Amino acid sequence: MLEVSHINRSFGDRHVLRDVSFTVPPGKLTGFVGGNGAGKTTTMRIILGVLSADSGVVTLNGERLTEDSRRIFGYMPEERGLYPKMKVREQVVYLARLHGLSASDATRNATDLLERLGLGERLEDTVESLSLGNQQRAQIAAALVHDPDVLVLDEPFSGLDPIAVEVVLGVLKERAASGVPVLFSSHQLDIVERLCDEVVVIADGVIRAAGPREQLRDEHSSNLTELLLDGDAGWLREMPGVSVVDFDGGYALFDAEDEPARQRVLQRAVTQGGVLGFTRQRPTLAEIFTEVVR
Amino acid sequence: MTTTTTRPTTRTGATRTGLTFPQATALVAGREVQMRLRSKSFLISTAILLLSVLASVVIGGILSSRVSDDRIPVAVVGATESAVSDAPGLEARSVGSVEQARELVRSGEVDAAVVPDDSADNVTGLTVIGDSEVPSGVVSALSAVPNVELLNELGQSPSLAYIVALAFGLVFFLSAMTFGATIAQSVVEEKQTRVVEILMSTISVRTLLAGKVIGNSLLAFGQIALIAIIASVGLLVTEQTALLALVGPAVLWFVVFFLFGFVLLASLFAATASLVSRQEDVGSVTSPVTMLVMIPYFLVIFFNDNPTVLAIMSYVPFSAPVGMPMRLFLGTAEWWEPVLSLGVLLASTAVVIVLGSRIYSNSLLRMGTRVKLMDALRG
Repeated sequence: MLEVSHINRSFGDRHVLRDVSFTVPPGKLTGFVGGNGAGKTTTMRIILGVLSADSGVVTLNGERLTEDSRRIFGYMPEERGLYPKMKVREQVVYLARLHGLSASDATRNATDLLERLGLGERLEDTVESLSLGNQQRAQIAAALVHDPDVLVLDEPFSGLDPIAVEVVLGVLKERAASGVPVLFSSHQLDIVERLCDEVVVIADGVIRAAGPREQLRDEHSSNLTELLLDGDAGWLREMPGVSVVDFDGGYALFDAEDEPARQRVLQRAVTQGGVLGFTRQRPTLAEIFTEVVR
Repeated sequence: MTTTTTRPTTRTGATRTGLTFPQATALVAGREVQMRLRSKSFLISTAILLLSVLASVVIGGILSSRVSDDRIPVAVVGATESAVSDAPGLEARSVGSVEQARELVRSGEVDAAVVPDDSADNVTGLTVIGDSEVPSGVVSALSAVPNVELLNELGQSPSLAYIVALAFGLVFFLSAMTFGATIAQSVVEEKQTRVVEILMSTISVRTLLAGKVIGNSLLAFGQIALIAIIASVGLLVTEQTALLALVGPAVLWFVVFFLFGFVLLASLFAATASLVSRQEDVGSVTSPVTMLVMIPYFLVIFFNDNPTVLAIMSYVPFSAPVGMPMRLFLGTAEWWEPVLSLGVLLASTAVVIVLGSRIYSNSLLRMGTRVKLMDALRG
């Protein structure tokens, strides 16, 4: 479990992180969402020790992180880049060795990973001779080559083609399944919604929502109920204690003043004919996001 | 699976050990050296530099031996006549006594006198008498190395002193500039390409800076040592052994001073370069450090005959690598002076490394506009 507790950080007069706390549980993908300048990159840099926090701590399994314990982290910074004049494999091997791998292990891991990422033909080419997309893949190899025990990835999917996205996803899921906490930031809410078990929402340097995705959806679900009938739902307008928000033939979205009023609607609907759906409306991540950051 | 410390073995079975500071530094330094040695422009410019050193030594040797074709007039006294007439390029002029020989040397009628010497420590039994400078042409022409006695002790000849000053100044200037610019570019390359953030998340900034400074200092030191070796071998091959004996000790000190002096400059270059994010800005931001490299070069060329300027230069850390060997060559420094000056140099290098690494680590993640020096020092 990676735990971020009460982090504060200012740049000059700008207070960019205020009392930021959240956890990244092992074995799950945790999505970190927020607008531009919300504080995602700063938070990730502080987790990696690249930046220092003004106050607050980051712990892994209850222990404060040190320079040594951070070596087991895999990090993909938002600002991408590798040495342009180094060969692809040489570069990845170098980074693996800085993480403490032996020369032979580093070479083996780098070769396997680069081949898996589709760069098997380009191992001896310089990084600057690769296309931008392929440079991205090399960057991913650089973040994963030392078999990290914690993964922190800043916008890992931006700039990747769909095939590379799938490869990276596969690797991330595999690492998460083996018990590694995985934190990644994204502004593509649909990706986070689809992939992440846990979500952390940050805006203006403050954590606005954090927790399991489904729990968040429950917490932010409104009192609105969706009703789907195989016949016309026009009778709903005459029900006491009910106001219709949206209506379209057999579909209705309504707000009940209390639970008995809601239940009366269901009883009436059953007597009227076939009920295709009767659910409390749960918001999408995008809706939660717009609500909490407002 | 959760662990609290580094797993010895990873998912793929690779062994991951914590690197010590020297191990990580060696990796960084190794990369710097490797990448530099792969650069064709670096190899070519080094080859040109070494060839020109060799050429100047050989041409100097040829010129001095051509002078001796004119046969240097040498005064001899009885017993020493055979030693001089056997030597090529010397013209013996017999005189009656050692006193008469000295008189001829003083008047300039002959360049030197070769007289017998019976003292026990003189194995050749010869002493060469010169006027104000060591008659190196005569000394090297004799098959055995004789004692030398000077009538007007001035130290080294002014022309030789100028050449040595120019050589020390130029070699220091060229090497410090070449490798200073290299380390500055390498710092900015990491910032500009953003690779620095991955590096900072993997190893400490101290390790990164130390590796870069050590790697480039090794290269610079290697180049200086090669120049010293080639110059010495060149002097040996062209049989200018007397000159080598004169310059040798100063060259050794120069190499030692250069090693530490360059570490100081490299730290300054790295720290100042880290303030900017683009290669285009490297030149302007490092220009104060460039000045520190250029000033000793000009000073030693213009003031190599001014003992006060040289004495000050030999203690100021930036110019000591040029100033102290120069004074040692001229014989105006006491034996303890290079040791003291080296101590001053080491102490200031330590201070600069501390300040430099502070500037460096505070500037690395600040992209875009140039970081103000005071902001970088404050953090």
